[in-house]
Amino acid sequence: MDIGMYFKPPELTSGAFKVWRRNKDVFMKNVKLNFLPPFIEPLLYLFAMGFGLGLFIEEIDGVPYAKFIAPALISVSVMYGAFFECSYGSYVRMYYQKTFDAIIATPLSIEDVIIGELLWGATRSTISATLMLPVIALFGLITFPHSLLIIPFAFLAGLLFAGIGMSIAAVTPNIMSINYPILLFITPMFLFSGTFFPLNVLPEIVQYVALAILPLTHVVIIIRALTFGAPGWFLLTNLLWIIVVCAIVFVVSVNLMKKRLVV
Amino acid sequence: MDVNVHQREIKFKMGVVPQENNLDPDFTVYENLLIFSRYFDIPEDEAKKRVDELLEFVHLDERRDTMTDSLSGGLKRRLVLARALINKPRLLILDEPTVGLDPQSRHLMWDKLKGLKKQGVTIVLTTHYLEEASQLCDRLVIMDNGKILVEGSPTDLIQEYIGPAIVETDNDPNTISCLDVHQANYEVLGEEIQIYTDKPQEITDHLLSECKLTSVTARAATLEDVFLKLTGRKLRE
Repeated sequence: MDIGMYFKPPELTSGAFKVWRRNKDVFMKNVKLNFLPPFIEPLLYLFAMGFGLGLFIEEIDGVPYAKFIAPALISVSVMYGAFFECSYGSYVRMYYQKTFDAIIATPLSIEDVIIGELLWGATRSTISATLMLPVIALFGLITFPHSLLIIPFAFLAGLLFAGIGMSIAAVTPNIMSINYPILLFITPMFLFSGTFFPLNVLPEIVQYVALAILPLTHVVIIIRALTFGAPGWFLLTNLLWIIVVCAIVFVVSVNLMKKRLVV
Repeated sequence: MDVNVHQREIKFKMGVVPQENNLDPDFTVYENLLIFSRYFDIPEDEAKKRVDELLEFVHLDERRDTMTDSLSGGLKRRLVLARALINKPRLLILDEPTVGLDPQSRHLMWDKLKGLKKQGVTIVLTTHYLEEASQLCDRLVIMDNGKILVEGSPTDLIQEYIGPAIVETDNDPNTISCLDVHQANYEVLGEEIQIYTDKPQEITDHLLSECKLTSVTARAATLEDVFLKLTGRKLRE
C-alpha cells in the first residue's frame, strides 16, 4: 500500500463550486428551518449553563461564566456545522441518494464533488457562526469589532472539521458506525477543549494532548481571544496549527473518499 | 479520444442512464434538470429552454414541480432519460433502461430511443429483455460470464442459430419416437419439446396427423431462443 497516494494534492477546478452551489440550493430551499438552530442553540446553552449553572460558578479567569462559555458555543457550532454536513450529510448523498454517482457521470470529476462538499461544510460553519454572533451579542457577551473576525475564521476552522467528517464518511463501513468516532473523538473534543472549563485545571499531560490532537482547543483559544476583544500575537501559533492540520486533513480526506468511490 | 486523458471532454459529449435512478431527491423534476445543466456549463437561458423541451419530450411537463421521490418508476425513468439528454449527447449509454417498467412506459421509452437513433445519436445499451434488443439494436453482442459469445444483427443471429421458426409441443415419449423416425431437428426442454424448422406449417400438420398430438404451437424464432440456446438454461447467479 502506497501511503503517498493519500497525500497527493487534488486538482481544484470550477466544478467544485458547482457542487457547492447544488448544496447551497438545497439549503436555501429550507432556509427558514436551517436558520433556526444557530438562533435557538446558543439561547438554550446560555440559559442552562451560562445563567443556570453559572450561578454556582465564581468567575473564571476574571470573567463571568456566561461570557466564558459564549465563544465555546460558537466554536462548538463551527465544529458541528461542518462535521455533520460532511460525515452524515455527505454519506447520505454518496450512499443513499447516489448524488455523487449522478454528478460524476457529467464532466465533473470525483475531486470536484468531494471538494465541493468540503467547501460547503465550511460554509455551513460560517453561516452558523455568523448567525450566532448577534444572538450572543444581545446578552453583551462578546466584543466588537474583534468578534467580526470570527466569520472568516469560521470558514477555515470549518474546513478542518469538514475534512475530519469526510475522512470518517470515507472509511465508515455503514452509517451507524459514524457514531464511534463521534463518541471517541468529537464528544471528548466538545468537553475537553477548554470549552466549558479552562484547560489549565486538567493535568498537564492532558493539556498537552488536547493541544496536540484536539483541533477544537485551538479554535476555542482563537475565538475566545476575539470575543474577549483581546487578540495577541500568541494566536499565530494556534492559527498556524489549524492551517497546517487543515491542509493535511483536506488532502487526505479527498484521497480517502476517492479511494472509496473508485472501485 | 483516450478515456484516460480526455475524461472531461468525453463526458461533455456523453449522456448516461444508469441502472439505478439516481435522481436528486432534494429537488423537483424541473430543478433536477436545471441543476444538471450547470455541470455541463450550459448557460442558464439556454438551459431553461432545453429543460422545457426535454420535459415535453418525455411527457413530464405537468409534473415539473413534483419532488422526484413521489414519481412512479416509469416517470423517474423518463426523467433520467431527459437528464441524460440535457447536453445533447452524441453518445448515449443506457444500463437496462426499461427494467421494472409497465408496458406503456416501456414502449414510450423505446419510441424515444428510436427517435434519438434517427437523429444520429449513437446508443449503447445493455438489457436482459431480448425483445428490447431486437426492437432497438442494429448490432448486438450476447455476453455470458463477461465473454462475448456472438455478435451481429438480431435477424442474422436468429437466422444463423435457430432458423425462421419453432414448433412447440408437450414432452411425451410417443412424440419423441415419432420425431426420431422423421429425423427432426428438436430439443427437449423440461416439459416441452422445441422443433427447429423452416417449414412450420408442414411440421405442424405432420405432428397433428401422424403423431396424434393435441397441443402444437408454431411461432417465429426470436432472439430469446438464440440467447437460451447459446447460454444454456441453467439459472445464473
